[in-house]
Amino acid sequence: MPGAIYAEGLVKTFGDVRALDGVDLDVPEGTVLGLLGPNGAGKTTTVRCLTTLLRPDSGKAVVAGLDVLKQPDAVRRSIGLSGQFAAVDEYLTGRENLQMVGQLYQMRAKAARARADELLEQFNLADAADRTAKTYSGGMRRRLDLAAALVVSPPVMFMDEPTTGLDPRNRQQLWEVIKQLVSGGTTLLLTTQYLEEADHLAHDIAVVDHGRVIARGTSDQLKARTGGERVEVVVHEREHIRAASALLDKYSLRGLGKGDTTVEEHMRKITTPVSGGAKLLAEIIRELDTHGIEIDDIGLRRPTLDDVFLSLTGHVAEAKGEDDDGERTARDAEGQGHRPSEEAAK
Amino acid sequence: MSAVTDAVRSTAPGNPIGQSIRDSLVVAKRNLIRMARIPEVVIFGLIQPIMFVVLFSYVFGGSMDIGGSTEPSVYREFLMAGIFAQTVTFATAGAGAGIAEDMHKGLIDRFRSLPMARGAVLTGRTLADLVQTALTLLVLAVVALLVGWRTHTSFGEVLGAFLLLLLTGYAFTWIGAVIGLSVRTPEAATSGGLVWLFPVTFVSNAFVDSSNMTPWLRHIADWNPFSATVQACRELFGNPGVSTSDAWPMQHPVWASLIYSVLIIAFFRTLAVRKYRSAAA
Repeated sequence: MPGAIYAEGLVKTFGDVRALDGVDLDVPEGTVLGLLGPNGAGKTTTVRCLTTLLRPDSGKAVVAGLDVLKQPDAVRRSIGLSGQFAAVDEYLTGRENLQMVGQLYQMRAKAARARADELLEQFNLADAADRTAKTYSGGMRRRLDLAAALVVSPPVMFMDEPTTGLDPRNRQQLWEVIKQLVSGGTTLLLTTQYLEEADHLAHDIAVVDHGRVIARGTSDQLKARTGGERVEVVVHEREHIRAASALLDKYSLRGLGKGDTTVEEHMRKITTPVSGGAKLLAEIIRELDTHGIEIDDIGLRRPTLDDVFLSLTGHVAEAKGEDDDGERTARDAEGQGHRPSEEAAK
Repeated sequence: MSAVTDAVRSTAPGNPIGQSIRDSLVVAKRNLIRMARIPEVVIFGLIQPIMFVVLFSYVFGGSMDIGGSTEPSVYREFLMAGIFAQTVTFATAGAGAGIAEDMHKGLIDRFRSLPMARGAVLTGRTLADLVQTALTLLVLAVVALLVGWRTHTSFGEVLGAFLLLLLTGYAFTWIGAVIGLSVRTPEAATSGGLVWLFPVTFVSNAFVDSSNMTPWLRHIADWNPFSATVQACRELFGNPGVSTSDAWPMQHPVWASLIYSVLIIAFFRTLAVRKYRSAAA
């Protein structure tokens, strides 16, 4: 029994660029899949194929139990799409935008208007309902775009980089909205460049690169493969390195076949993979203190998308441009991209 | 937020033709609201034809030979059908730019992901352009009357001429739709929508008597679909400029204009809808 979103061997080429090179996905009903990858990896193309916007060269796609290639109109009635660019008409008011979308979902004018009012209320846009979207802030536009995707409460939702370009506060707000939506049982496929975002919202993560799914699993599983969290300690005295290293070794995450404690002598830095977060950090600080080891710096470093990529593919993710429109950009992810900025050592 | 999951559902499609008309009207309304909120576009669309009326009638007016008369007033009456026809064809650029902008902004993606009639986004746009064209024609007719243009036929014939102009304009907006769906930016659609209109509107009987052209050029002008509309309007207005050509469209300009417009719509609408369906923004 395939899930609410199912894809098998999706291939799409643009000229001689193989944008999708056999994408397989299976998203069980009521769950969230985060599609993670750098610009140009094939995230947007995947979403476009699954939402009937693009016809794959080959492969199979089923959404909400409907064959995307054979019943595109039925699929369109069952999905909501929120794009990378806030696709609302900036010269229409918030209310006019939502009412128009409702009517194009074949709702009667009156019902569409009532639904628009309801959504404006829910998305905290009631005060701005009669202002043109042009006057909206970036966060408001995203909320309006999301509301437009929810006009018919579709059972399956697609969000293509919903928070790219938003400031942290607006990103947080949008996350809350998405979480509430998902708790209502909607199946969601979400693309993102941010591991943190996938972490927050997705049950499962699929990492794409060069048009293929190169890894999938829960956030924890992926992090484990990447090396997970690490504690970095910089000791004040060179002679404390050995003692601190031994101490940290006790907390080191074992049995994952990855990294034990490493020491960078010249920087007096000791790094060890851990799991336990801030609580563990406090414990380590107390322990170091008890042993009279003076530290210059201590921190918890979480794996970033760059780390995940580095460990999975051996090359660095090129998640640079915030407004870079992924799939159309000529890509070059052959490891020539910038290195992730290493935390500055003292 | 709890109501997000309320069972609001898209209903299954009813009568496809009814749906197509409804969807087109919803999109047309959206485009008309936009036009009302960006009046600059409509206003600038008016300046150019008004300028042409004034420049052509006063600069060229005294040196044009129309049916043996060099009277400026004769040329002015001759000219208006040409300016009217040129003005309606310029709606092409607006339609193209509007559609290209919708592609660029991702709105076409949104529309294409909705369970709406396939041609409705384009039909809605061209219908809105038709309304704008009608308004432009109205203003232009008033200006023309002010500089001395008169009609010498029945109200029905004059109305017929304007309807023919609107049909021609509507046909040309479908060419604009194809251009808008073929280019990458709205700017390219604007210039791409205009460039080819200059030869089309100038190699015609719009501004000069085509019988004075070199034979091969005259041949093109006589068979130019645009010339047919111009000639039909002259006849229906009772304005000077009787064609001496024996080319069929010049002998039967009203029919020729109708047939050309229907053919243009049939061909370019099919092409535009096909492009829309596979559009990759």
